[in-house]
Amino acid sequence: MNDKRPAATVKRIVGVLSAVMLFSLPMSGAVAKDTGYIFVSSENDNAVTVLDGKSHAVVKTIATGERPRDMKLNAARDKLYVIASNSERVDIIDIAKLAVERSVDVGEDPEMFDISKDGSRFYVSNEEDAKVSVIDIAGNKVLAEIEVGEEPEGVMISPDGKKLYVTSEVANMVHVIDTATNEVKANIVVGNRPRRFAATPDGSEVWVTNELGGSVTILDGVKDEIKGTVSFAPKGFRADDVTPVGITMTRDGKTAYVTLGRANHFAVVDVASRTVKDYVLVGQRAWGATLNRDESLLFVVNGLSDDVSIVDTRTNKVIKSVPVGRVPHTAVIDD
Amino acid sequence: MSLRRLIHASAFAAATLCASLPAAAETVRFGFLELDRNPAYDDKRTFFRTLSQPLGSPVVGAEVALRESRFVGQALKVDFALERAKGADTAALIAEASRLQAGGVRYFLVDAPAAVVAELAKATRGSEMVLFNVSAADDALRQAQCQPHLFHTLPNHAMQTDAMAQYLVSRKWRSVLLLEGPLADDKLISAAFENSAKRLGIKIVDKRQFVLSNDPRQREQGNVALLTAGKDYDAIFVADSDGEFARTVPYRAVLPRPVVGAEGLVAEAWHWAWERHGAPQLTSRMVKQGDRHPSSRDWAAWVAVKAVVESVVRTNNAPFAQQVAYLAGEEITIDGFKGNKLGFRPWDRQLRQPLLIATHNAVVERAPIQGFLHQTNNMDTLGFDQRDSQCKP
Repeated sequence: MNDKRPAATVKRIVGVLSAVMLFSLPMSGAVAKDTGYIFVSSENDNAVTVLDGKSHAVVKTIATGERPRDMKLNAARDKLYVIASNSERVDIIDIAKLAVERSVDVGEDPEMFDISKDGSRFYVSNEEDAKVSVIDIAGNKVLAEIEVGEEPEGVMISPDGKKLYVTSEVANMVHVIDTATNEVKANIVVGNRPRRFAATPDGSEVWVTNELGGSVTILDGVKDEIKGTVSFAPKGFRADDVTPVGITMTRDGKTAYVTLGRANHFAVVDVASRTVKDYVLVGQRAWGATLNRDESLLFVVNGLSDDVSIVDTRTNKVIKSVPVGRVPHTAVIDD
Repeated sequence: MSLRRLIHASAFAAATLCASLPAAAETVRFGFLELDRNPAYDDKRTFFRTLSQPLGSPVVGAEVALRESRFVGQALKVDFALERAKGADTAALIAEASRLQAGGVRYFLVDAPAAVVAELAKATRGSEMVLFNVSAADDALRQAQCQPHLFHTLPNHAMQTDAMAQYLVSRKWRSVLLLEGPLADDKLISAAFENSAKRLGIKIVDKRQFVLSNDPRQREQGNVALLTAGKDYDAIFVADSDGEFARTVPYRAVLPRPVVGAEGLVAEAWHWAWERHGAPQLTSRMVKQGDRHPSSRDWAAWVAVKAVVESVVRTNNAPFAQQVAYLAGEEITIDGFKGNKLGFRPWDRQLRQPLLIATHNAVVERAPIQGFLHQTNNMDTLGFDQRDSQCKP
């Protein structure tokens, strides 16, 4: 329908939009620190939706490559990195301009990524090729390719930067890779369909969600072996419907938030005792989980209800559900 | 050294090796039993891409699963290998199965019609092996003909017709015209649909026999317009195991009604257009391997290998009996890329699974359809639940 709209109308709309943008964007220049914006990638819109941190109104929709998924801020928090899976690249969004500044090629079907501690390299899982690519961000080139099990998904650099953890959804494994040599130093069989990671601040515990296993496997970050398991049983759901995917941990390493997919809840877990403190109802197929900077708010991305649930972490109550684009994947908060 | 002491010593050596790090790689071997010539995979048939028919030999699925298992195999020091064995008839396949079994193969994928599967399973009963039926949907194999070592990864007719009946009910298309073909397999499909219809309250307004013929003397049975006239109904179910007649039914009926069963809309184990639960990646691996789209039998062969690998991994390559106990047990989690954790029904060794309700290029629903509930596992609303089972292995 859209592509049949007369050119004149399109021009008019573009004109109005740019006028609006001129007024709503900071005019001061390149530096836009702590904008308060909420960025949400939408897989089926080929765009990142930018919401105002207070009113939650849409500030802008930034066109990206095809199928944007995982996102992260750089250390300086002036750039937003967005994986565009079907375009096989990472788009770099300049937060001051709210526009894609340039793109970095990262190989076939990338889904999740992490950034080296010095900020120079991407570690990207290439789902179709069963490998992890190490990418030089500035030089836009592949430094190394590491062969892993089929359908690698979650990628995480350890807090000390020495280890790279990668899940293989098909091999049901976590690969532990030495970042100095890019060699696999341990393969740990975990639960079924392992997805994503979180770690305690000292790196002594690495938590990995098992989507089909309905659990979290806790790995010993030093010995590279299994240390424990957390299972989830929200009331009124069968084991089959509990599909944990997203996970995030507070900076003090005391609380983990785990999204439970088809069970439409997330779990609040006490890390030390490994007990579930609360189950909170959110939207459909809750996956992405992101805390804001002071950890007062949790943003849960609901892939099948096209919205984001904003949760007050003191009360564990959803304070608002905000509609975003089609099939939202990840939220990043620049506050 | 006596033989017994030698065995004891080598067992001890093996145990020591396992306990220390680098154990010698063991090989878990799969046999793929198939007929010399299977008309189902003739180029002339697959050319038409009939919705309910295979698109090629399911060995492609097994090969993909084997490739997927390399990494986890390396970590466990286990190699997985696949050996194809062909035979002209049932007797030849039985001979191939015993030859491979004597050579150490314990897991067999059987790609053959139901009669062959039934005989093969009967003949090998008691032998240390597991057979996976990957291409025969016949209900009888899960009922009277069931065997303790015969597992089924392809959904049976009752599962397919239950899934379709759930879909029809969910659309409130509760009156159906049933067209039944002349082949024995056609009668099995229509009987399964009649059962599902009765169970879910669908009215079959008429059951009519079709023939594949242009003979004017048989036009009442050969002409779709005549076959579909004289009654009103919400949908047409075509029970056609061959698929050639069904291909001509959509858009030729007297009433503008959807065609389901063998064409139009089908209930299948797999469809290349399924987009969720990681399905596109699996389909893409199958396309790379087979140079064609995958369909249900490919998935069934793939998931059979995956189930064994899962059992080998979780039992740490324990002795065969333990692997089989795990494989058949309630604890196993098989990832079929259809969203649910899958496992085998203890009463008839049929793999529980969701079915995809699909058109030529889209999956419109996944059964069990929301609202069709079961007291323990909603997937058991499809096919033979424990109380329906006549399997006494």
